Amino acid sequence: MLRIPCPHCGERDETEFEYGGQAGVAYPEDSAVLDDRAWSEYLFYRDNPRGWFCERWFHTAGCRQWFVVERHTVTDEIAGPPRADFTAKRRT
Amino acid sequence: MSRRLPHGGSRIDRSRPVTLVVDGVPVEAYAGDTVASAILAGDHGIVSAGIYTARPRGIMGIGQEEANAFVQVTSGAGEPLALATAVEVYDGLAIERVAGRGWLADGPDPSRYDLTYAHAEVAVVGGGLAGLRAAAAAARRGARVILLEDQPVLGGAAEGLSEVAALAAELAPNPLVRMLTRTTVTGSHGHRRLVAVQRRTDHLGPAAPTGVARRRLWQVQAGEVVLATGAQERPMVFADNDRPGVMLACAAADYVSRFGVLAGDRAVVWTAHDAGLYAALELAAAGTRLVSVLDVRDRVASELARRFAAYGTRVKCGAQVVGTDGDADGRLTRVHTRSLDAGGEVHSYDVDLLAVSGGFNPAVQLFSHHGGRTRWSPEVAGFVPDCATDGELSVGGAAGDYTVIERWRTPLTAPETHFCADVADDEADRVFLDPQRDATLQDLRAAHAAGLSSVEHVKRFTTIGTAADQGKGFGVLAVGVLARELGRPIEEVGTTTYRPPLTPISFGVLAGRTRGDLSDPIRVTALHDRVSHAPMEDVGQWKRPWYFPRDDEGIEDAVRRECRAVRTGVGMMDASTLGKIVLQGEDVGVLLDLVYTNLFSTLAVGKVRYGLMCGPDGMVLDDGTTARLSEPEWMMSTTTGNAAAVYDWLEELLQTEWPELDVRLTSVTEQWSVVAVAGPRSREVVAAIALDLDCSAEEFGFMQWRETTVAGIPARIMRVSFSGELAYEINVASWYGAALWDAVAAAGASWGITPYGTEAMHVLRAEKGFPIIGQDTDGTVTPYDLGMAWAVSKKKTDFIGRRSLQREQMHVPDRRQLVGLVPVDGSSAIMEGAQLVAHESDLRDPPVAMHGHVTSSYLAGAGGPFALALLDGGSEREGEVLDAVDDLVPVAVRVTGPVSYDPQGQRRDG
Repeated sequence: MLRIPCPHCGERDETEFEYGGQAGVAYPEDSAVLDDRAWSEYLFYRDNPRGWFCERWFHTAGCRQWFVVERHTVTDEIAGPPRADFTAKRRT
Repeated sequence: MSRRLPHGGSRIDRSRPVTLVVDGVPVEAYAGDTVASAILAGDHGIVSAGIYTARPRGIMGIGQEEANAFVQVTSGAGEPLALATAVEVYDGLAIERVAGRGWLADGPDPSRYDLTYAHAEVAVVGGGLAGLRAAAAAARRGARVILLEDQPVLGGAAEGLSEVAALAAELAPNPLVRMLTRTTVTGSHGHRRLVAVQRRTDHLGPAAPTGVARRRLWQVQAGEVVLATGAQERPMVFADNDRPGVMLACAAADYVSRFGVLAGDRAVVWTAHDAGLYAALELAAAGTRLVSVLDVRDRVASELARRFAAYGTRVKCGAQVVGTDGDADGRLTRVHTRSLDAGGEVHSYDVDLLAVSGGFNPAVQLFSHHGGRTRWSPEVAGFVPDCATDGELSVGGAAGDYTVIERWRTPLTAPETHFCADVADDEADRVFLDPQRDATLQDLRAAHAAGLSSVEHVKRFTTIGTAADQGKGFGVLAVGVLARELGRPIEEVGTTTYRPPLTPISFGVLAGRTRGDLSDPIRVTALHDRVSHAPMEDVGQWKRPWYFPRDDEGIEDAVRRECRAVRTGVGMMDASTLGKIVLQGEDVGVLLDLVYTNLFSTLAVGKVRYGLMCGPDGMVLDDGTTARLSEPEWMMSTTTGNAAAVYDWLEELLQTEWPELDVRLTSVTEQWSVVAVAGPRSREVVAAIALDLDCSAEEFGFMQWRETTVAGIPARIMRVSFSGELAYEINVASWYGAALWDAVAAAGASWGITPYGTEAMHVLRAEKGFPIIGQDTDGTVTPYDLGMAWAVSKKKTDFIGRRSLQREQMHVPDRRQLVGLVPVDGSSAIMEGAQLVAHESDLRDPPVAMHGHVTSSYLAGAGGPFALALLDGGSEREGEVLDAVDDLVPVAVRVTGPVSYDPQGQRRDG
């Protein structure tokens, strides 16, 4: 059971949240200019690192806010406070 | 013959004899006994049989490492495959011995189960000496502590030691400390979350107080977790190692001290470490004649070895057990041994007990549950926790530190890693590496011969470690044997992954109180008691009237009558369950243009538009109508089942993609009651109660909405239709729902207004070819596949899904497309889910090419049975005859267009 740090409600059980996948995958400014390959990369291709990963969470059963958490995919350790910057990829 | 000693047994109360029943035969025992100790005491050596081999099996262990003694409890609520070493006896307890497979009770489980959350700064798993010391240390610095012990008493391997009693007495009065016995931690789920099952009344039998939950599920959230789970004794293997009479040595000794039961009169003991030798001495002191004592090691400390002289024997170093014989029932009668040196000196001994001990396995299962890695420690001769994960500490036996376990069995010489006697190929099928799965060394060698070398692959090939005990008894042993077969060091082979639950959990305890009506919220509309006499259909969490039978009418007749009323007169239905979302702000039009495939920003106030929503992949997500209430305020409707998903989707887009848009969302599904009035006579009915409204087609056109008063109730009326008929949806504040229903019914009485349910609604919409998103679509269907190209804007520069819909592949002619079907004979039922294949395909010669499948089917169409289907290239196949096959029965069907009723749409204005 992950304990997810909601920026508004504090640390809560994972069951209160919905997982939103990799953070920093923005809807393309102008989808029309993308070729099929580039569009499919936006649609389907996601990082799958063994290590630190910025991912989106949605506090479905709480404040209903989306935010970004950086989690280690092996140890489940969560680094630092959550953020509301959905373009973030990796904390430096 | 009884194997109960005249004295001793710390757990049993000799003043309270009880009788349990094993396979219908009474067995005498004492309060405090387990099923295993009672069976051993009664000299009923055989406790189960091999699931495939039917070989008799006996009790080997005393705790969770027991691999044979799974029994069926048949008294009380009953339980399949209960671990006999954990089931405490009570008067009247009935069990049956099984062959590897139990059975579920016929009726529902009458037991009550609870769920409790607990929070602690320190959670200690295991109430042995290491756990008690950890709990006391935490408690002394003022921490909130919860200690969870699997057994009915504290102490673990140190049971009975005075320090245990002292620590328990220190902790018990502390209000910050909670100690639970009979509580098995079954999972460690990461971020210091433990799940445990507490057995509260199982041991009381019929004396259990009513109103107390039989078992309780504990969700424990801790700041730190101390794993003091101890260690499990490991057997060693040889030919015919599964005979009743072969036991673990320390377990046999513990049966003496805990239960006053002596497992054998004449024994061979075979060990690889000093604790096994101490166990042999304890057995001898209790009265077992040590016929021979073997140790795989070259030498044993003389101080320890000398103590065997008092029992007229000595320790034979460098020796192994290589096989056993049994009597007609399969019980152990003889043990064959051979020295490990080149000479290979052999002996045979007539005994009734073979006590073996290959060492201990630190109980690292919980440590491993969420990714903790183990490593092989030659010093410990076991897998020990390696890198610790967040806030978790393993102590005592669980960490390979046996100073606590070996409280009176202090090691003098290092243990030897030894798993298996030398076994010839012709004996390998009698060397059991998982007796519960009847998996043998022969199976393991077959896996190796098949090229498998990964322990995970071998596990799946041989099934070793997959039974109810999850390899706690034989798992590490099998790894050791595999390493030996592969000629690789055991640390390279490693263990398989341990996953929760540690011990089996019943579904009942997981469900707790959330059973039956409480398993999921039940949603009813505000006017439910006006329609609740109808049979209900579950639509998501909603209860919706399915049909309204008159007298003894069946569903088919009722639905036909309801459809006829809507097509020829007037019907009414409760449409309140449709999702309703209010959108407010300057940029609602911008958002709607993005989420719907068609254009919304140009919609005038007072008008309603149908919209189709796609995901970024171009597949249809939802549909519904949206009304513009005022310049900045809109009301969207969604399908009943998708309301929450659509709301979530809009919220996600507004928060994460386009936060600059000025849009606010409010779910108002439950704030509005909606009664749909449909049919050619609906105008008269609405006009009779909406006195201020001009209901003429000219003044109040299709896809418009009006604010007015209906029977004195403030209302919004929308002219939308899900049946193709003239129709009005009257929306009022939900507390007026019942009043509105009554008013519509009264006003419609002279036109014979007919309430209709979801089934008629489905027939009526399907005749019009209106798809139900989620029934006629499945996430692979585009607007084009539904024949709804008209709903896809060509003007907009973008909408979600547009780029995907531009891909060539989305327009190839053989995509699965929505079509209608009618039975060729005009009367046969077409089954929902049936596969569409070429007419008169030979179904006995698979594979049969599948052309599509039936998504909706109804008997009560205006022209007889009909269906909707998704069919490869369907839009070009009208008139073609196919077979719709369900359960190998073909029904010949003719392909039609999806719209079977009023294709010109001439009826919507009445």
